[in-house]
Formats: sequence, structure tokens, C-alpha cells
Amino acid sequence: MSARVVHIAANTFREAVRDRVLYNLIAFALLMSAAAVLVGQISIGIERLVVVNLGLTAVSLFGVVIAAIIGISLVSKEIEKRTLYTVLSRPVHRWEFIVGKFLGLAGTLVVNTFFMAVGVFAALLYVGHGFQSGDGWIVVALYFIILQFVVMTALALLFSSFSSPLLSAVFAFSLFVIGSFAEDLRGFAGMAQGLSRWLATAAAYLVPNLSSLNIISSVAHQQPVSTQLIFSNTLYALMYTGMALCGAVLVFERRNLK
Amino acid sequence: MAAIEILGLEKTYSVGFWRKRPKCALRPLHLNVQQGEIFGFLGPNGAGKTTTLKLLMGLVFPTGGSARILGKEINDPEMKAQIGFLPEQPYFYDYLTANELLEYYAQLSGVAAPERQRKVRYMLGRVGLQDAAAVQLRKFSKGMLQRVGIAQAILHDPKVVFFDEPMSGLDPMGRREVRDLMEELKRQGKTVFFSTHILSDAESLCDRVAIIHKGELQGVGAVADLTSSVEGKVEILWHGSAVPPSLKGLTAECHAIGDTVRAVVREANQDAAIDTLRREGLRIISVTPVRVSLEEYFVRKLKVCEIAAGISS
Repeated sequence: MSARVVHIAANTFREAVRDRVLYNLIAFALLMSAAAVLVGQISIGIERLVVVNLGLTAVSLFGVVIAAIIGISLVSKEIEKRTLYTVLSRPVHRWEFIVGKFLGLAGTLVVNTFFMAVGVFAALLYVGHGFQSGDGWIVVALYFIILQFVVMTALALLFSSFSSPLLSAVFAFSLFVIGSFAEDLRGFAGMAQGLSRWLATAAAYLVPNLSSLNIISSVAHQQPVSTQLIFSNTLYALMYTGMALCGAVLVFERRNLK
Repeated sequence: MAAIEILGLEKTYSVGFWRKRPKCALRPLHLNVQQGEIFGFLGPNGAGKTTTLKLLMGLVFPTGGSARILGKEINDPEMKAQIGFLPEQPYFYDYLTANELLEYYAQLSGVAAPERQRKVRYMLGRVGLQDAAAVQLRKFSKGMLQRVGIAQAILHDPKVVFFDEPMSGLDPMGRREVRDLMEELKRQGKTVFFSTHILSDAESLCDRVAIIHKGELQGVGAVADLTSSVEGKVEILWHGSAVPPSLKGLTAECHAIGDTVRAVVREANQDAAIDTLRREGLRIISVTPVRVSLEEYFVRKLKVCEIAAGISS
């Protein structure tokens, strides 16, 4: 990988840290502490289930909001503030800028998720007084959540490369909601007829299939995850991310920075 | 080899939301800048100076023509390692300190790791920001930001430097320092291409200037050549208080100060005016050519453009 991509990624990470993005961890820590204390009092026998469900859902929502909100402003903010001028007048390719920005935000989300995961496990330890053998699958669920973030970051970056921040936010959150029900959409496409079947199928495969990346409920019930699912989800997320990034690069390569 | 060759570069934007209509920002521009020159790119606000610089930096794409810098196409990364650019009213990552910002730009410019810190320290000292090296840019004044901007443009020792309104936001001392810096860059053999609408800066600094107005090149050349192309005037001083009647027809301005009379005549009428004064027996004190300033040339050129535009419309 080009060294310039690494430098741009490192600077994007530094920007997120200095702009206090990781402060969301405080809110998350408070949420998990409150959940751990309250769950012990109001739920008998299912404390572990509630903590895993609540914790992983919070990890997912916090991360998606960060991915979308920061992702949509990654390029537009640089154009608006004209910080991009002094970067692109150097020996930096436009694709390097896009990929560097993507990796920087994805790295921020990974670090963020790591600290939140520590919070989830600490809460689990508090309510369960120890770990159980099925708790290892939580790590896989967290890995899938990171894959969701990666896909959402790439999509936010794609929208940000041609659209205003407001429209990009609308597109990104809409796709997140639709993508979370992608399996249902595919089911509907299977039942539809004629043109609507064709349209629903196209839509179902166009939106990111985030529902297959959501295994929170099954790991809360300590159900194992197949190696095949891990492999196929990884491949799917990487391919979807790659295509979204290619789209962002193609648009950005032709864009006039007025 | 020319440092900058612009071959019919032009830019037309589409404006309007529903019904797009073309808006010409730069008409085909042909320009050559030689290596080692300080070249001034002059024009009023909205003339097309920044558009030209953005085209040369590859920030916007031309609708026609091409350009080469140091013999290479404008989007060649190898060439970009040899140029520096200061945008107009620069804005930088304000969460970084001056030291971090320059370090980041040095990384992007491919400055080798061992000499990066040394160059950054040297450059901060050169623009007078050594004491503010660890201060975040969000706490910088406009003048300090301009200094950081200049530092990032020359940090990697480029051969050609582009400055867009480099004096903007600087106090008289700061402007003087930038002028000295440009002269130093010239002494080092660098080419400096800068846009400005402050004509006194251009007049004192530039080997050659180009004047652009409404996206169209109006003139290129050395300041002396351009100003001498305007018909000159001569100032004549003589002892006395009276103006001979025959001189009145030749003079543009004429007035007495104490026991001296000052008259300004067109260069073509100089001999006739002197002959008249001698015939009247008046003692001539001095005959001095009145130099046309770049500003005067600029204003006249723009007026001619306005009149031409009025006629054609």
C-alpha cells in the first residue's frame, strides 16, 4: 500500500480523536454500567441475555451513527474548507485520498468498537460472575458489526463524493434501515410477480445485506456461528465495500473542486 | 525548457440548477513562464486568476487546452513533487499544531523520514513561527495561517512555487518578509508564479507580469516594457510665474508654485515646449520623464477592455 494512503489514514484517525469522537465511549460506558446494575435487579435468569443484546445493539448503533455522520463529511468538509487543495497539489492521487480517508475512519471505528467490546465483557462479567463457553461467539458478532461499519463507511464516502452532507446523511441512514431488513426484502422479491419481482430483486441485491451481518440475537442465546457464514459474510462485506469505494473513486476522480 | 507552458487552457462551468448555462471562467490562455522568473499574474477580483491556478494544480479540469510544468503534464505525480502551492485564504487542519501540519505535508510530499523534522524546524523558523510550533492552528491569527501556508508551499524544496494572493492578510512587515522570501527563492533559481491584485507588489518584484481580465489575457511582458508601451509624458520646470500663451496648447497640466512653474506635456510635444520657453527667455530648471506606473497601465488596459466590451454588446 502507498505510504501516502497510510499518512492520510493516520491523519483522519487523529482528526477523529481530536474532534472528540471517542467521547461516545463515555456515554457507552454509562449505558453499560447502568444496564449491568439494573439488569441484575429486574431480570432473573436472563441477565446475560439482556446484557449481550443491549450491549451489542448499542455497539452497532453507536458505530453506525459515527460511520454515517463522519463518513458523509469526510470529503465534503475537505472541499468546503479547502484543506484538500494543499493535499491534492502534492504527489497524491485522488484514489489515495479516498482510500486513506476510508481506512482512517474504519480504523477509528475498530478502536472504538474494541473499547466498547471491553465494556460489554465487563458488564457480562459483572452480571454473570464469570464467562461461559458460548461467550466466545460474542467476538464473532462484534467482528460482523465491524464489517457493518466498514460497509456503511464506504457507502457514506460514496455519497459524500457527489452529494451534499444532508442528502448523504439521508441516503446513508435510509440504506442502513433498508439493509437491516435486506433478508425480508429478498423474501418479498421471491413472492412478488412480474415487474415488481424484478424491481424488488434488484433492490434487494443492491442494498447492503446488513441483516446477515447481524447475529446479535443468536449469540445472546449462545448459538454457535458456522465457519461458512464467517467466510461468506467477510467476502460479501469486502466485495460490497470494494465496489462502493470504486464508485467513490470514479466520481471523485472526475470532480471539479470549485 | 520553460518552467510553465500553458497551451490554450480554458475553463467553462455549467451554472444554474434546472437550466444549465455555460459560464466562461477562462478563455483559451497561452502563456510561458521561464525558469528562475518571478512571474506576476494580475487581474481584478473574478478575473480568472484562481481558476488558472486551480487548473494548473489539477483541482479543476480544463474544458480545452493543456499545460505543462517543468515539461510534464499537470497531473503527473512526479511533477507535483517539484511544485509548491499556497491557495488563496488558506485553511488548514485546525486540530493540528503547526509542527504536525508541516510534518504531514512533508510526508505527503515524499520527504525522507530522517530529514523531515529538520526541514520542518527550519521552515518554522524561516517564517517566524518557531515559538508557535506546538500551538494548534485553531488558535492562529490570519497572518500566522498565511505564514504556515507559505511554509507548507516551500517545505519540500520545490522548483516551481505557485502563490495565490500571498500578501493577503499580512501586515506591512509580513508583506515585506514575503517579498524578501520570493526574492530569495529567485536567487536559489526557483520559479515563482504568483497572483495578486496589489500592483505595487508586482511592480517591485516581478521579472514579467501577465494581466488577465474577465478570463482573457490582456498583456504579458516585463513591467518596463508594458508601461513604456503607453505614451509617456515629460515634466518641465522653469523659473518664473507666467505661462507663455503658446505653451498652453501643448500642456496637459500647468501650475505655478512660488517662483517656479511646473508643466506636464506629452512626450511628442516636448521639443516644441522647450523651444517655446527658450524663445520667451525663461530659464528651464529641469526636464524629467514621468514614468507610467504599472497601476496606471493596468487601469488603462481595463478601461480599454470595458469600452471594447461595451461596443461589442
